[in-house]
Amino acid sequence: MEAKEIYARLERRFPGKVSGFRGEVSDPCLQVDGAAIVEVCRYLRDDPELDFHVLSDVTGLDLPKDNKLQVVYHLYSYSKRHQIVLKVDLPRETAHVSTVEGVWKAANWLEREVFDLFGVVFDGHSDLRRILLPEDWVGHPLRKDYVEQEEYDGISTQRAPLVEKLLR
Amino acid sequence: MSEAIHTEGNGFHTEDMTLNVGPQHPSTHGVLRFVVKTDGEVIREAIPDVGYLHRSIEKIGEKVTWHGYVPYTDRADYLAAMFANQGFCMAAEKLGGIEVTRRGEFCRVIACELNRIASHLIAVGTFAQDIGAVTPFLHALRERESINDLMEMICGARLTYNYLRIGGVGYDITPETCDRITAFLDHFEPITDEYDRLLSFNKIYVERLANVAVITKEEAFQYNIVGPNLRACGVKWDIRRDIPYSVYPELEFEVPVGTGERGTLGDCYDRYIVRIHEIRESCKITRQALKMLPKGPAIAKVPRKFKPPAGEVYVRVEAPRGDMGYYVVSDGSEYPYRVRIRTGSFTAMGIIDKLSRGLMVADLIALIASLDVDAPEIDR
Repeated sequence: MEAKEIYARLERRFPGKVSGFRGEVSDPCLQVDGAAIVEVCRYLRDDPELDFHVLSDVTGLDLPKDNKLQVVYHLYSYSKRHQIVLKVDLPRETAHVSTVEGVWKAANWLEREVFDLFGVVFDGHSDLRRILLPEDWVGHPLRKDYVEQEEYDGISTQRAPLVEKLLR
Repeated sequence: MSEAIHTEGNGFHTEDMTLNVGPQHPSTHGVLRFVVKTDGEVIREAIPDVGYLHRSIEKIGEKVTWHGYVPYTDRADYLAAMFANQGFCMAAEKLGGIEVTRRGEFCRVIACELNRIASHLIAVGTFAQDIGAVTPFLHALRERESINDLMEMICGARLTYNYLRIGGVGYDITPETCDRITAFLDHFEPITDEYDRLLSFNKIYVERLANVAVITKEEAFQYNIVGPNLRACGVKWDIRRDIPYSVYPELEFEVPVGTGERGTLGDCYDRYIVRIHEIRESCKITRQALKMLPKGPAIAKVPRKFKPPAGEVYVRVEAPRGDMGYYVVSDGSEYPYRVRIRTGSFTAMGIIDKLSRGLMVADLIALIASLDVDAPEIDR
């Protein structure tokens, strides 16, 4: 199905919850209201004509200029061979969105990664822990304003300048 | 703790044991850790702990130029560096509207398919080793060594190739290299039958794998299992065929799927045998590409200061560990705004906890090996 048609269906089904469709780009995307993400995803998965049974990817995108964090969902359907990109805008300070783990199990790990690296909290997630970084790491590295902590567990994270090293 | 203590009918108390597998363990394929709770030999749960190899490759992508990022992608999956290169290059080309030269595309296919054979050899070899058969591992590595030599001829590196460039490939494949590749294939193709004799029809090996850790089609979709692991569940899905890229539509090849020939559809044996079939298909593709290799430049003209217009793309490549997705965002500057690498191993790890419940400890090793997870690719 064409992305335009998918959007039209979503608009009919969830008036006011989806917007900002961009069909001219190579991967058509649309904005979904954060509060409706689970319903929209469940509809996309369960509707036999849409049949998005695979969640390819969940990731984040930090846009400090607009003071927002985007969570980006890439959906794919093997049977219908179509894809759609969903985006949810969240405020940077309080980035909360419901988990779609109940719709696709793959979201468990993918959302944990977004939580770890972007600090987006997925409400209702069954196991929201850091996944790639140590549990006591400070900050979320993929945010644009991230500043690395100077040391971790007594180990410096900074590299001494080469000249100083040679003088020592 | 109360639920962990079981009282048998005869009044004996047993307690669940927590076992730490890894991070330094020969069968965890890199640096992976599992916290396993067992009841005797039976696993109650196996919680994967990843991140030991996290090198923040995605963050580095925001700090280096478009051309400069290609060598970093090698490190995303060092067993299949070509595919990581290709994913990023394709994303950059799509953003910048650059057409890869025809010869460049064929060079990519040849290099990628050789890399796929090498990667699957490691997968199959280490798989056999984890099960307890050391000889096949040595046989597999012997052939992989020849591929490494070929790679050295093609691009000068044996592991982290950095061969692809935005717009084509870094070095043209010379006629001598083509002859060497053909000679290798002539030598190698009969050897795949040797693997059959050593492993595929080996009773002990089959018994260890058949009916173990079955992934159903529905589970595979739910957990987003991709690549050979997905095909082992009987799903005929290959990005090269189904979302075609590069010159794959011009090449003829089969998409092998699991059939449950020795046990249940989607068991460890299916995941093994699919890889053996894929090695054969890759040989076929390489031969065709060598025959069709056109004349012309190997790389398109791309400005040194590459600045693709603002936008975003999601590109999929069929890597040896499945669908490798690159989500790349450009803001029109010299540096990518965001690079996201989605890998097959990462999602495959997510299903291990579910599948391992009720397995024997030794079968957990078979499961990890059968999924062919690769620690650098999980952690990036």
